[in-house]
Amino acid sequence: MSLRSPLGRVRGLGSAKEGVGHWWQQRLTAVALIPLSIWFIASVISLAGSHYEHFQAWLAIPGNSTLMLLLVFCVFLHAQLGVQVVIEDYIHDRAARVMALVLVKMTSLLLGVFAAVAVLRIALIGG
Amino acid sequence: MTSSNRPLSPHLQIYRLPLVALMSISHRITGVALAAGTLLLVLWLGAAAYGPDSFDLASDLLGSWFGLLILFGFSLAFNYHLCNGLRHLVWDAGRGFELTTVKTSNRLVLAGAALLTVVTWIFGLINHGAAL
Repeated sequence: MSLRSPLGRVRGLGSAKEGVGHWWQQRLTAVALIPLSIWFIASVISLAGSHYEHFQAWLAIPGNSTLMLLLVFCVFLHAQLGVQVVIEDYIHDRAARVMALVLVKMTSLLLGVFAAVAVLRIALIGG
Repeated sequence: MTSSNRPLSPHLQIYRLPLVALMSISHRITGVALAAGTLLLVLWLGAAAYGPDSFDLASDLLGSWFGLLILFGFSLAFNYHLCNGLRHLVWDAGRGFELTTVKTSNRLVLAGAALLTVVTWIFGLINHGAAL
């Protein structure tokens, strides 16, 4: 027997009022990051100590720039979602919590966009 | 009725956390550390975007003993978060909650993280040495 009202069940938003959106995004980015991060670590190892020209040529290969952009997107989304939960769990003062959440969201957006612009600039223009 | 004097359970200063609980909080700690570690990614890509000079500077920083130490910590945190994250995905699917299974997966996660870190650095240092 469910104690939820038919309307509540249909809307599927639960007590958090936002459904499973956060939870699901966290899992999707986690799954995407398994192959992406293994590719990234392997690439960093193979690039270790290499000169700028070599790095630039490597990142200019369309497959590499695509994977790097996807990695940047997933990393910052996953990190932001994760840190958000930590803040919500441990910061009990409402004003401090909201400020910390806004700060984390804006910082990850700033860093993520900067990293993406950097990838595009290296790949397309060559720095 | 006041609620302030009532006992807490589990009392964290007395209750000895089982390994799986320590590994659970470690997942969070490594997650937050890795989130801070994204600054390394931004430093690397950002420096390259400003040209060869700043790229060389960033490469020297990351290749110094202090840089390598930070990268070692980063790789250990990453490999742990990856292995334990895989276990979390299995848990999300509703499997692997039996105590005997958890004991086995504890060992698998820790061994996997250690093994991946060793393999990463064997290849990394060989390549780094070859490039120098």
